[in-house]
Amino acid sequence: MDQLIRAVEMPYKKERPKLAIGDLVKVTTAVIEGGKEREQIFEGIIIAMSGSSGGRTFTVRKISHNGIGVEKIFPFNCPTVKAIKVVRHGKVRRAKLYYIRALKGKKARIKERREPKK
Amino acid sequence: MKALLGKKIGMTMIYKDGVAVPVTVVKAGPCIVVQKKTVETDGYNAIQIGFEELSQKRVNKPMSGHFKKAGTEPVRYLREVRIDNVDDYKIGQIIDVSIFKEGEFVDVSGKTKGKGFQGPVKRWNFAGHVKTHGTKYPRHGSTGMHTYPGKVLKGTKMPGRMGNVNMTILNLEIAKVDKDNSLLVIKGAVPGARGSLVYVRSAVRGGKTSSSPSRPKQQLRRK
Repeated sequence: MDQLIRAVEMPYKKERPKLAIGDLVKVTTAVIEGGKEREQIFEGIIIAMSGSSGGRTFTVRKISHNGIGVEKIFPFNCPTVKAIKVVRHGKVRRAKLYYIRALKGKKARIKERREPKK
Repeated sequence: MKALLGKKIGMTMIYKDGVAVPVTVVKAGPCIVVQKKTVETDGYNAIQIGFEELSQKRVNKPMSGHFKKAGTEPVRYLREVRIDNVDDYKIGQIIDVSIFKEGEFVDVSGKTKGKGFQGPVKRWNFAGHVKTHGTKYPRHGSTGMHTYPGKVLKGTKMPGRMGNVNMTILNLEIAKVDKDNSLLVIKGAVPGARGSLVYVRSAVRGGKTSSSPSRPKQQLRRK
C-alpha cells in the first residue's frame, strides 16, 4: 500500500540537500506578486522537522530586523521552494528546538558542527 | 453511470500550480462485468461489477455457479450499478480507471471507521458543561420536557455506538488518474479505514451542491 502512495508522490519529489536540526539555511522561494514572479530569501535556523515521505516539512526561524522572531514552515517537495542552501551546520542534541523561542541574543546561539554527522 | 469498486490506500499531498492539494489514493478496479440486468428480466437496467480476484476454493457453491454462468474468474466483492443502456457493456468486460478523467467529480461511498460507544460530545458535537464547580452531569443536559410529553422523544441524541456506518461523500474532484497502477487520486478525504472497500461513481449532482449551483464545492453544515 505504501508503494502505491509513493507512486503518486514520486513525480513531485524534489532533490534537496540533507538538512539537520540546528542548521542555518537559506531558503529561496518564488513569490508571485502582481502577475510577476520574484525570488525571496528566508535565512534562519531549522528548529523542527515533521511529517513523512511526501508531506515532510521543516520549520525555519529567524529574528527579523525589528527583533521579532519569524517562523516559516516549508514543505520539502514544494515547487515554489526553488533552492535550499545550508550555510552552517548546527550542533544540537534534540529533535525540536522550541526552547529557542524563549531565548534571545547571545543565549539563542547554536554551536557550529564542523565534523560530519555520524 | 460510471462506477468502480476500489480500496482506500491512504492519504498524501500533491502539488497543482504550486498549491498543495490534500488527496486520497484509491486503488480502483479493474472491475469485471459479471451480470447484466434488464427491464425485461429484472424490471430495471443494471450491471453487476466485481472487484478483487479470489481463488476458487474461497467461493461457496451458489456463488461459484454465478461466476460459472458469467464465465468469469471469481471475485470478492460484487456491486450493482444502475445504468440506462445495458448494451454498452458485455459480460466479462473489464472496466478500469480510464473511465474517469482528471477534473471530474465523483461520489465516494464507504463504511466509516467504527468509534465504539461514544458520548454525546464526540457523537453529536454537544458543547458539554463545566466539569467542576459541583456539576454532576458534565456531558449532555436535558433529554426532554415535562409531564407533557412525559417521555423521551424517539431519536433524541444520546450516547451510543458511533461510526461503522455506510457514508457517501458527494462531489469530490479527481486530482489525478494513474492508469499504470490503476489508481484514482481524489481530492479530499474518503470514508473508511485504509484498505477498506470504497465505491466510486460519477457525481449524481455533477459537482454542484443544491444550494449553490455555481460553486462546485461541498458545504459541510453541522447537524
